[in-house]
Amino acid sequence: MGDVIVAEDLEKRFGDFVAVNRVTFSVREGEVFGFLGPNGAGKTTTMRMIQCVSPKTSGRLEVFGMDVNTHPADIKCLIGVVPQETNLDPDFSVHENLMVYSRYFDIPPRTALETIGSLLDFVQLSERRDTSIEKLSGGMKRRLILARALINNPRLLILDEPTVGLDPQARHLIWDRLRALRSRGNTIVLTTHYMEEAAQLCDRIVIMDQGRILELGRPQDLVQKHAGVDIVEADNKPEVLACLGRMGAKYDVAGERVQVFTEKAREVTAALLQECSPIEVVARPAGLEDVFLKLTGRRLKE
Amino acid sequence: MSWLQYLHPPMLTRRTLRVWQRNRNVFVKTFRVNFLPPLLEPLLYLLSLGYGLGVFVTQINGVSYPRFIAPALLAISIMNAGFFETTYASYVRMYFQKTFDAIIATPLSIEEVITGEILWGATRSVINASIMLPVLIAFGVVDLPISFVIIPFAFLAGFLFASIGMCFTALTPNIDTLNLPTFLFITPMFLFSGTFFPLSILPMPIQVIATAVLPLTHVVKITRMITLSQVTPAILVSLAWIIIVAAVLFVLAVNLMKRRLIV
Repeated sequence: MGDVIVAEDLEKRFGDFVAVNRVTFSVREGEVFGFLGPNGAGKTTTMRMIQCVSPKTSGRLEVFGMDVNTHPADIKCLIGVVPQETNLDPDFSVHENLMVYSRYFDIPPRTALETIGSLLDFVQLSERRDTSIEKLSGGMKRRLILARALINNPRLLILDEPTVGLDPQARHLIWDRLRALRSRGNTIVLTTHYMEEAAQLCDRIVIMDQGRILELGRPQDLVQKHAGVDIVEADNKPEVLACLGRMGAKYDVAGERVQVFTEKAREVTAALLQECSPIEVVARPAGLEDVFLKLTGRRLKE
Repeated sequence: MSWLQYLHPPMLTRRTLRVWQRNRNVFVKTFRVNFLPPLLEPLLYLLSLGYGLGVFVTQINGVSYPRFIAPALLAISIMNAGFFETTYASYVRMYFQKTFDAIIATPLSIEEVITGEILWGATRSVINASIMLPVLIAFGVVDLPISFVIIPFAFLAGFLFASIGMCFTALTPNIDTLNLPTFLFITPMFLFSGTFFPLSILPMPIQVIATAVLPLTHVVKITRMITLSQVTPAILVSLAWIIIVAAVLFVLAVNLMKRRLIV
């Protein structure tokens, strides 16, 4: 399988501020590739460079083997974009939005009508065909934007925070649709700061912070590498810390809790309960959020 | 790098027309609302100024007052249609509706979006002129059939005012500051471009300034020569002025918008 996106030492500066700091990654055909990172990590800026709407400062960036600087229109013909902001056209109804959008891709009206019919089915909006945009719920708007992004049958779909602000039902519906697209062979690149979203959908992820890529890999591999198999959490009390010290266990302090990254959750839990009771102990499988917080730190990103 | 960088000729494809089509579709959807202003405006001005004030003015340079202001009313409507389309209306699409962002995610470039907007502004001028003209014809204040030439001319003049408007939109920090060019540029032009009284009664320096920098002066000159059937070679000077200034400001508008929107 070829690479759909190749970025090498890709950099974006706004004046003195380095938004994306010489990142290197490639996205393979047919995979779901996720960008994780706190606010301001440079995810959206990277997406905008891939979409050919924000020019790179330096480095190499190719989409489908074409340079983003020299072939923006050719690249944009092949991609579909779900932006972070809802920018549906409020002057039009659901159906008109898709119809007008199809014209930007020079899709003949007859083909567009057919495509729009099946896309509205796909995102479950067929009954809202003639509804005006302002009467749609947040979830419906996001689904319509997804349909709009698919109007040109794109080989690459780029989604910037596709489910931000949605309730669980709406979010699961979007996830389900994205899985369906993946199984059809579409390449999907998405940004998110929902760990569950990344773990559920992505074949590979990068974790970004302050414009740099901190890690790149399969979600389960990153969890294994940085957080181990399981995590045992207990109250952050001097007695507990002393106990853990005596056991020779490695731990992290996270606010009111201590976390032990371990492959022997049962033994650690038993030992903690035996030697330092009475305390609250929770054992759980390690997840992507643990990796994320470990790599990007716990302080607020503002 | 200097101001010359803002004179890069835009790269355009046929897709530019897609933006025009989008705006046309919205216009057609709301046609009944859009139809009224250009129909009512000449009626109100003709009645109040032409036939009200006209009782006292009676004649200017041998022309009755309603016939004197009729071509100015056309020119003003052409100006307003083009200018307000690419200022407030374009600003709303750009900033509040994020329509430009949505379009540049497709194969269209920002240059094509801005050009499409300006072409649409020019089209609005044509529409306004076409709606107004029958009203003026009904009052018998414009000559026929020569006055129909105003309709294609409205596209050129509208293109000029739409380009001017887009330059201000590219520079304005927010929608409220768009009031400044409206009050400091459009309103004085509306009054001092030979619209309601001949330029020749103003002091010479003001006449020179009005002819040199106020676009409406040239547009009124042309529309008046046409509706009064008094076309002289001077029309070529005004036409050349409009074509040159429109071309420069169009390119400038596209580049200023690129500077604003491409980050």
